[in-house]
Amino acid sequence: MLEIRFHGRGGQGAVTAAELLVGAALRDGLQGQAIPLFGAERRGAPVVAYARIGKDIKVRSGIREPDVVVVLDSALIRLVDVYAGLKKNGIVLINSSKSESNIKLPEGVKGYAVDASKIAVSHGLVLSGWPLVNTPILGALVKVTGVVSLNSLVEEIKARLPKGELNAKAAIEAYEEVSLIG
Amino acid sequence: MMVQTQKNIKVITGNYSVAEAARLARVKVVSAYPITPQTTIVEKLDEYIETGKMDAVMIRVESEHSALAAAYGAAAGGVRAFTATSSQGLLYMHEMVWWVANSRIPLVMAVGTRVLGPPWNIWDEHSDLLDQRDTGWLIAMAANNQEVLDMLIQMFRVTEDERVFLPGMVGLDAFILTHTSEPVDIPDQEIVDQFLPERKQPYIIEPGNPISMGNLPSTAVVHARLRYDMWKSMQNAKEVIRQTAREWEKLTGRFSGDLVECYRCENAKYFIVGMGAWTGDMKEAVDILRDNGYEVGLFRLRFVRPFPDEEVAKYLSNAKGVIVFDRAVSMGSGGPIFLDLGYRIRNVPVTDVIAGLGGEDVNFNMFSEVVKGLISEVEKEGEFKKLINFYIGGELQ
Amino acid sequence: MIRLQDLTKKKYLLPGNAACPGCPLNMGLRYVGMAFEDKTVLVVPAGCTSVIQGLMPKTGINMPLLNIAFAASPAAAAGLATALALRGKDAIVVSWAGDGGSADIGFASLSGAAERNDNIIHIVADNEAYMNTGIQRSSLTPFGAWTTTTVKGKQEQKKDLPLIMWAHKVPYIATASVGYPIDFIEKLKKAQQIKGFKYIHLHAPCPVGWRFDPGMTVEVAKLAVQTGMWILFEAENGKIRISPTSRPYANKKNRTPLEEYLKLQGRFEKVTPEMIKKMYEEIDNNWRILLELEEITSKI
Repeated sequence: MLEIRFHGRGGQGAVTAAELLVGAALRDGLQGQAIPLFGAERRGAPVVAYARIGKDIKVRSGIREPDVVVVLDSALIRLVDVYAGLKKNGIVLINSSKSESNIKLPEGVKGYAVDASKIAVSHGLVLSGWPLVNTPILGALVKVTGVVSLNSLVEEIKARLPKGELNAKAAIEAYEEVSLIG
Repeated sequence: MMVQTQKNIKVITGNYSVAEAARLARVKVVSAYPITPQTTIVEKLDEYIETGKMDAVMIRVESEHSALAAAYGAAAGGVRAFTATSSQGLLYMHEMVWWVANSRIPLVMAVGTRVLGPPWNIWDEHSDLLDQRDTGWLIAMAANNQEVLDMLIQMFRVTEDERVFLPGMVGLDAFILTHTSEPVDIPDQEIVDQFLPERKQPYIIEPGNPISMGNLPSTAVVHARLRYDMWKSMQNAKEVIRQTAREWEKLTGRFSGDLVECYRCENAKYFIVGMGAWTGDMKEAVDILRDNGYEVGLFRLRFVRPFPDEEVAKYLSNAKGVIVFDRAVSMGSGGPIFLDLGYRIRNVPVTDVIAGLGGEDVNFNMFSEVVKGLISEVEKEGEFKKLINFYIGGELQ
Repeated sequence: MIRLQDLTKKKYLLPGNAACPGCPLNMGLRYVGMAFEDKTVLVVPAGCTSVIQGLMPKTGINMPLLNIAFAASPAAAAGLATALALRGKDAIVVSWAGDGGSADIGFASLSGAAERNDNIIHIVADNEAYMNTGIQRSSLTPFGAWTTTTVKGKQEQKKDLPLIMWAHKVPYIATASVGYPIDFIEKLKKAQQIKGFKYIHLHAPCPVGWRFDPGMTVEVAKLAVQTGMWILFEAENGKIRISPTSRPYANKKNRTPLEEYLKLQGRFEKVTPEMIKKMYEEIDNNWRILLELEEITSKI
């Protein structure tokens, strides 16, 4: 079982990302839960969402020690403890441009970065001025964790999102571009 | 008989599972007032109705009291009606909850179980649902989103069975189910149509039928007999619930019924008792404990009303110890499930752990640690130290 | 013009029901049956009508009747009307409530049903206090009236519920009186033709609570109108029109002196001359407002 925590801002689609991942897991014959933060949400405010992917999942309690942390906005690293509870040898995946790749990682943590914002903008995935980074970040997540197959992710994105093709392309591009940091 | 052969699995929240169930049951009147965490049920049903996916009327009432009153009026008028609420909303309609049951009108409601204030708190507790336990409604509690859908559809059939003719509510934990998305297999409309017969009810208020529902009783005895009839119908409901689950299994291939689920109960000496979503973590805890040599099973209540006497007798009456986890408390007495269970197993050591209050998250590790500790008390002393324990901030109080 | 002799002779209110002698609600319910006959379906919250029905399993009211919790009558009626319409039944669903079930505990539900324009007729059988529990003040008890909770006479004014309901912009509002059955039945018949929310406020003098001779119910009801204390009017789609029965009393000179109305009722026994003066002023104000509104709304 893999437990993932998404850090984003209200409106960035962290919950949708978790749901897409569960849908992709279903296509791979796995189970999953997409769990939103249990509270009120404000646009722009820091939010979290979770996903649990695996076989025969029984637990439903909160994810305290995630295997993976996904950060949809690198500026959040200064605002919230995105590494809280992250397992030793856990993975962190950050939406970040190369120019700010001097991110300091906790010991033992494997860090990856992808410029999901740039990829989203290049595919015209912008809503009310916000780059829609959740689909590219999922592409990168699949690459670095193998939690689901890229094919299932792409199929799920196409089936579920209005701009499915563009989102799928963005996910594939991020899958190819994500790189190790630190 | 047509049976479901193809799966139609969608990743949906517990709330959307509720909306799917109401749509598939061909509910004709929906009446509801928004409250967190129930709100997306109302929104989804409104969308279904406005876009023609559901042939029903939405009455957009000004309060929960009116929500149940309007649904009740519709049900008394002969159609399948539905509402959903949570927390303060359920308490606001509490008067009507009694009214519906006492008039023997079948009606189904979903409850997103949530803490009662003050302070304002939108997280999970079972206090609101269990506050309804004396009303005469059948009360079920789901453990996952699939069960939410299956239970609700089955509930329509059970409540409209002439051996029962009582309303029923299905609880789903705030956020843990209401807002968590997971795969749910949604049956075809034809399957549900086969499963749910035309609505039956004891009487209909309609023109040309000059009956009066609810005027004063001629004697107290007349009224007492009505109450006793309700009691007997509650007892009848147990067998109807069991039969209905088997019918559902025949059509869908999915057994999602009975009053309890007993997990790893074979050869179990100790039992954990609980209900709702956190029983998932209890199962995990049972696995851990079993791996460590503890002979433990989980006795999960699916229904608290009617209370599963036969299952309690079958599984728990010879237990070495029973540990109840209550996500609610009757102040000054104990946890509601513990109170129901205790007198039914008088010769068995039983203890209550009141936990998860205020929405506190309790996980499998905590369950297994608490259970280990309590089992050691019985192993040493032959009984539990305390009748009532509170588990707060990760510690037994 | 409706004539009583043309209306049905069928008894919708059965002999031997449990109403007090001279009960105005008995009269009102009979007129509802005469107007709507077998199409009538009643929804009744807590109040005197809960008792008037008599003892179950029998009933003294020969119309289908759903008793309902005190605060819930308009909402339950809305649900019932929706179901019966879906089932193709030709029904007139009447939410029959008292002043408590309409103006006080039932007000949120009433306001909600009005705003939603639910297809029901809500009738307030207004006996101006909580009579079923033994004469306690309500927001519709008039200024100066004794009740068991206003032993010195009520210090506050009667809430103007008809105009509050008019402000809900519903298709039909009317006031009526048990003293003028033809006027009431005509308004019921008119309401029957209108789809949406209809509100009829029926003035219902109660011999027990108002402390008058049970043989005088109709006379007291008529005096309320003739003194100008109770004004009969309708509002169709917002247009206010004083009813012909009340029209003469727009002119002060035609009004019977208020004292004629007050002196028949024990509840006004202790009113002082100053209080009576205030009551006169209130009558004048109510008329002025209504006549102005009639003038203004005639242009909409």
